[in-house]
Order: sequence, then C-alpha cells, then structure tokens
Amino acid sequence: MPEAPLLEVDGLVKHFRLGGGLFAGAGATVHAVDGISFTLRQGETLGLVGESGCGKSTAGKTVLRLLAPTAGAIRVDGADIAALGRAAMRPYRQRMQVIFQDPYASLNPRMTAGTIVGEPLENYGIARGAAKRERVARLFDRVGLRAEQMAKYPHEFSGGQRQRLGIARALALDPRLIVADECVSALDVSVQAQILNLMIDLQEETGVAFLFIAHDLAVVEHISHRVAVMYLGKIVELADKRALFHRPLHPYTEALLQAVPEPDPQVKRTRVVLKGDVPSPLDPPSGCRFHTRCPIAEARCREIEPMIREVAPGQMVACHLR
Amino acid sequence: MTPVLEIADLQTHFANRDGTVRAVDGVSWNLARGETLGIVGESGCGKSITALSVLRLVPTPPGRIVGGAIRFEGRDLLAMDEAALRRVRGNEISMIFQEPMTSLNPVLTIGRQIAETLMLHQRLPRRAADDRAAEMLDLVRIPEPRRRLGQYPHELSGGMRQRVMIAMALACSPKVLLADEPTTALDVTIQAQILGLMAELKARLGTAIVLITHDLGVVAEMAQRVVVMYAGRKVEEAPVGELFARPLHPYTIGLMASIPRMNRGGTDGGRPRLAEIRGIVPSLKRAPVGCTFAPRCRHADAQCRAAYPPLAEHGPGHVVACWHAGRIAEGGHA
Repeated sequence: MPEAPLLEVDGLVKHFRLGGGLFAGAGATVHAVDGISFTLRQGETLGLVGESGCGKSTAGKTVLRLLAPTAGAIRVDGADIAALGRAAMRPYRQRMQVIFQDPYASLNPRMTAGTIVGEPLENYGIARGAAKRERVARLFDRVGLRAEQMAKYPHEFSGGQRQRLGIARALALDPRLIVADECVSALDVSVQAQILNLMIDLQEETGVAFLFIAHDLAVVEHISHRVAVMYLGKIVELADKRALFHRPLHPYTEALLQAVPEPDPQVKRTRVVLKGDVPSPLDPPSGCRFHTRCPIAEARCREIEPMIREVAPGQMVACHLR
Repeated sequence: MTPVLEIADLQTHFANRDGTVRAVDGVSWNLARGETLGIVGESGCGKSITALSVLRLVPTPPGRIVGGAIRFEGRDLLAMDEAALRRVRGNEISMIFQEPMTSLNPVLTIGRQIAETLMLHQRLPRRAADDRAAEMLDLVRIPEPRRRLGQYPHELSGGMRQRVMIAMALACSPKVLLADEPTTALDVTIQAQILGLMAELKARLGTAIVLITHDLGVVAEMAQRVVVMYAGRKVEEAPVGELFARPLHPYTIGLMASIPRMNRGGTDGGRPRLAEIRGIVPSLKRAPVGCTFAPRCRHADAQCRAAYPPLAEHGPGHVVACWHAGRIAEGGHA
C-alpha cells in the first residue's frame, strides 16, 4: 500500500492536570500520553497494546479529538486536526468513529435499536424517513442482525448482539477510521470470535482502517497488520505483527509476550517475570521509563531516555540495548 | 485416594419473576488432596455458583441449593449448622475472588483483617496473630510487610490487593482454596506473578485448589484436571493434557478453536478465520429437553434433541456428555 497514510499521529502528548486542593497530588500532572507517533493506512489495522494505565485508551480518544491534545499533530489525509474548532471538526467526526468495550453503556436504553443505528444518518442530514430505514436495514444485515430486530430495545439483545449494534452505528456514516477500544474484551470467547471475524470481513469490504486498542495480545495479533506496544505513555516498540510476535526486540514486549499463558499444557515456557507494578504516570521514572522493571537495564537507562528508532526493517524500538 | 472435597449431583436454582433458573443442574466432581482442578466455561455456565454453593454463600433468596451433596473430608457441608459451617469457612476452605475489594474491608487495615481471621479461627492472641499476619504478607512477597500491616486496601495496587487476599485466604492453612477468576482483572505481567505465587504456595502448603476461569491458557498452565461446564452442567472432564490433546465434547472443541492463539498465524502475517460457535447460550429457565448444546452443535441429530446424553467414560478419567463422543473420538474432530 504505497499511498499516503490516512492517519498520521506525530509527537502526540496528552497530560491531565489534577485539579482541586483536597486530595493528595492536586496540581500534579498525569503524563498519560507522552509523545507518540504512528501512521495508519487505509484498510489497515494497527493494534495498540499495553497494560492498564499505559495510555492506550487516552491515545485513542485524543486521536478522535474526544480529548483535546496537549501537543502534537493529528493529520487526517494530510490535514492537521489537532487544533480545529467545533465546526471545522464536524466533517472529520463523520469520517472517524469509535466502538467501545461496553456496548450497553454506549447505547441509549430508551431508543430502539433502529433509531440508535439511524441517528448519525439523521444528524448528518444523510437520510431520513424511508430512505433512512432502508439504510439501517442494510446495516443490520451487514453486521449479522435481522431487520425485524430494529424495533427492539438494547436490553433485549445479548452482549455479542449489542456489540454488533455498536458496530452498525459506527459504520452508518461510512467512516474511514474506526477506533475500537477493548471492543471484544467483555465478550465470551465464542462470541468474541464472531465479532473478530465480522470486523475483518467489514474491513475487507469497505477498506475502513482500525486503530484496535486491547490488552489481549492474542486477539491483537489475530486482527492486526502492525502492532504498537505502549508503556507509561510511550510507544516502546512498533512493528509488523509477524516481527513483533516472533522476534520482539524491546525487553518489555518480550516480557509481555512471555507473560501470556498459553492454552497448551505441553508447552513449558521460560518466562522472565517482571517484578513490581507499573510506576505511577504522575511521576514517571527518569531516563527509560521501563528501567525500574527491566531485567537488562544499565546505568545509562536510568539517565538517558532512549529514542524510538528503526532497529530492523519495519521494526521500531526504543531501547539503548537493542 | 479419598478426595478432600466431593460434589455430588449439585442443584442450585434461582427463583425470579418468570420462573426458576437452573444455574447448577446436577454437577458432580471430586478434588484430591493437593490437586488443582480447573473449572472452565463461559459466563452464566454455573462455574461461580458451584463454588459459592460449596461454602453455602449463594444469596438466598433468590438462590437455593435444592439437591445434591457437598462433602468435605467426608462431612456433609449442606447438613451442617451455621456455627459448624463458620468453622470451615475461611479456615479449612477459603475463597478468593476476581475483585479483591469484594473480600477486603475498606475501613480496616490490612493487618487487622488478616489478624482477625487468625484470632477467630486459630484462637491466636493478638500479638501472635500480628506476627503471623506479617509472615503471611512476606510469604506472598509483599515488600516491607510490617509497614503494610498498617495500610488500608485503597493504598495498594490491584496486584498487591490480590496478594493480600491470597495471604488472608491462606492464613489458616486451608485444605481447599476456591479461586474464582483470581487473575482476570489483572494485567498479564501481574497475572504471571500471581499464578507463579499460587503454584508455589500450593507446592509448599499442599493446599488443593479449585480454579475457576474462562481462560484456557490459565487452566493449561495451572490445573491437573479440568471440568468443562456448559449451561449449568458438566459436559466434559479430563486430565489437562488429555483434554487439550483430545477434546471430545463439541462445545469443548468449539471453545478451543475459537480462541486466537499467539504465534499460530504462521509467518505470513495473515489473518486466518476463527472458528465460531454459532448462536448463543440458551436460557436456563426451562428444564431442557435433549442436549442443551444441540441448538449450536453441528453434530446434533434427533437423538440429541430428544434426550440429554449421560456422562460416559472415553479413556482414563475422561468423561463426556455427548451422544456422538465415540464417533468424534474415532474420526478425530474434523
């Protein structure tokens, strides 16, 4: 795919100032996302993985401008949307959609499924009345729901079906990019397989790009073309999924992959178990942010922050020792 | 070997407005001393209710154990009076949950909570209980245990709280630990720490573990034997190696095929289709006619729709509730 990237994120920063005077830490800054860069092409899935608090969800929300970026550029088809006002953002909002983890929380319980899925069409003045109903029926069919289910309410659907509704609504405006934030993590594995297959099919039909945010590494490997690993607000490794999973180069990626229990009792794996917890993003460690848990850290890792650079073809790593 | 814990034909039902939900519908299994038994299945299959039933912690009403027996070292837990049961709970059989805050009291210090268990069950004086509490925190590798004793649960990270809960559960050296999704809420690197800790403590203390999880990876790593549940029933049970090498129930086969696995996509970077189990888990409100999995099963025929298949042995320790298990065993599971 040689064409220009659909999305280009360049040095994106999102800090949160803790407000109020009552609580410990007031006035401190959470370094949620601290200068990340990546690109996403049409029809491509970029997986964004990392443990809780690494900033992956904040990154997704900031890319969509659901949160205002602190610094950095977000270029969509070459145009920077990082500082656009409400009105100028509107056409971009149409092109960029989101699917959340808990479909139930994101669906209005008082609206019928058909109204929920059709709402964006009306908001953007694309279709109303019979034309809208027909488009919604087509969307239902596309995500594996029946048209007669349009009259039902969210609580009448199972978890997997509700996620199909969330996908139908996200697809209504023919978006070019969908940010999927832990969109299968609440589902049972048999249903998860249905939704992953559906997403791959839809991507192949429509060329939509996915920024697929998840903590489940096997799921991310399955659906992604490329994968970025985040740790404490930084991308520590970004590579083709093949390279990343077969030959991880960052010690954090390595430990993360080894930590996943494999569904095969014959496999006796060697595992470097990371000590301790992820440090607080309120006060990230100096130098390399991973040095406090890194099994191979040296003196310079405590002082100098490693820049992310291409270590092998298509494999970007932020580590002094690789 | 006599089992330490024996569940026989357990029936736990829930009454709600539209009728009775058969959450656990005739489940039997044994747990040997020092063994880890995995119980797997998807949400609503009855795996957690089975564990809660063991300690008679099912909220009543709406829940009720309506049949079967639960024997701990030969004693029937269902026939025990409350006082006798309290001496078992948290002492000889303890339980840990997915969310540590369900068992930790937010307004008591960590030390007080562990010491209280020891004072109640082991009749230790305060001083000795505090010492033992510090020992337990050290055992689950919490740094600076003495200082931690004075802290409250909210001052600890999720992984630390899980360790505290394990320390509390193991303080009285129970013979059985019921662990319900103990690592599900944790990040994988912390999960690896906790699973390693559980395996080590089991080896050291000889505690038998019932490990309830939806994660086949966790089961493969931890369990010696596995029970697979579907819609309130045990559909398959086997030694762990056998189950993963030769799953025989179509539901188990489907479950194993539907999980994405790392490094299985080959080196071409492709995205192979995952096997789906079509349809959804049935409602447990009606007494089922026929096999509960039949509506989702591609092997199902008239016999499956007419009668629930009995559990039958298909190899040493390998039982399956499927009319077609024999044929599936012969033909592989193509």
